[in-house]
Amino acid sequence: MHELGIVFHIIDALEETARENDLTSIERVTIQLGEVSTVIADYLTDCWNWAVKNKPLLEDCKMEVEPIPAVTHCEACGRDYGTVAHGRICPHCGSERTYLLTGSEILIKEIAAC
Amino acid sequence: MEEVRILEIKQSIFANNDAQAERLRRELKEKGIYLLNLMSSPGSGKTTTLTRVAERLRGVLRMGVMEADIDSDVDARTMAAAGVKTIQLHTGGMCHLDAAMTRQGLEGLEPASLDLVVLENVGNLVCPAEFDTGAVKNVMILSVPEGHDKPLKYPLMFQVCDVVLINKIDVLPYFDFDLQACTEYVHRRNPNARIFPVCAKTGQGIEAFTDWLQTEVRMWKGESV
Repeated sequence: MHELGIVFHIIDALEETARENDLTSIERVTIQLGEVSTVIADYLTDCWNWAVKNKPLLEDCKMEVEPIPAVTHCEACGRDYGTVAHGRICPHCGSERTYLLTGSEILIKEIAAC
Repeated sequence: MEEVRILEIKQSIFANNDAQAERLRRELKEKGIYLLNLMSSPGSGKTTTLTRVAERLRGVLRMGVMEADIDSDVDARTMAAAGVKTIQLHTGGMCHLDAAMTRQGLEGLEPASLDLVVLENVGNLVCPAEFDTGAVKNVMILSVPEGHDKPLKYPLMFQVCDVVLINKIDVLPYFDFDLQACTEYVHRRNPNARIFPVCAKTGQGIEAFTDWLQTEVRMWKGESV
């Protein structure tokens, strides 16, 4: 279960942030999730809600997920296009010399805490 | 009631793992231990390949193996029967190993007397590619029945691998596997990837890989090659 592993990494990171900033309770965490990050937002929040039970720091913590669109750049014609719609082959010029600009991120953006 | 603050974090969830992996690599360098991360799909021949590698390196390098699986110890038994120092790691349902789990496994293996430790990762082409284990190099096995298009379907796996072993080449005549196309697809994701066609069952091609591995380990230990 990929999402569960990701959730454990988020919990580790937040526990460290809490120690560094003397936080006792985190109410909300905002995650930015790339469209092609291989993580499914619904599965992530399901795993989150299960994993934070019985953790005093996080038991009431809500997870919000903001998507990051996947954009691919074409080295041949220099243009960008939507990765999900067109994949690896540039819809403008047909080249396969392309690379992902954004969309694979899994970022902890911010938390609301006291 | 304390006031709620907003803290901007802007941190990749992989940041902690990456730092732990870097620390582990530095410690292994100091101790002169070479850690190799071996990845592939289930059934591609990781354990058979390792058995062949162990046969070739017997008396040359002191080798240990960490077998990571969701459950069972069949692979660890196979390796132990081949006379290799082995430890079985259970990921408890998790689809990959991270740097902290790798460190725990290494502590259990007591690698002080070893030159080379191979981490046989969970059989999976997706998740293990995302987590740096602290290994010096990543090797993946693609077997002929899986098809030559896998580098297109699992780009990250091929991007992070330094070596691709194309296994089960003895059955090439029975499959529509295009070795040349596969090589091109791998290099599209990673131009520096080395490709070794092998047959773990017969041992064909394994020597080229173990030659590469021996040079790697000597360089890591700071010996002249």
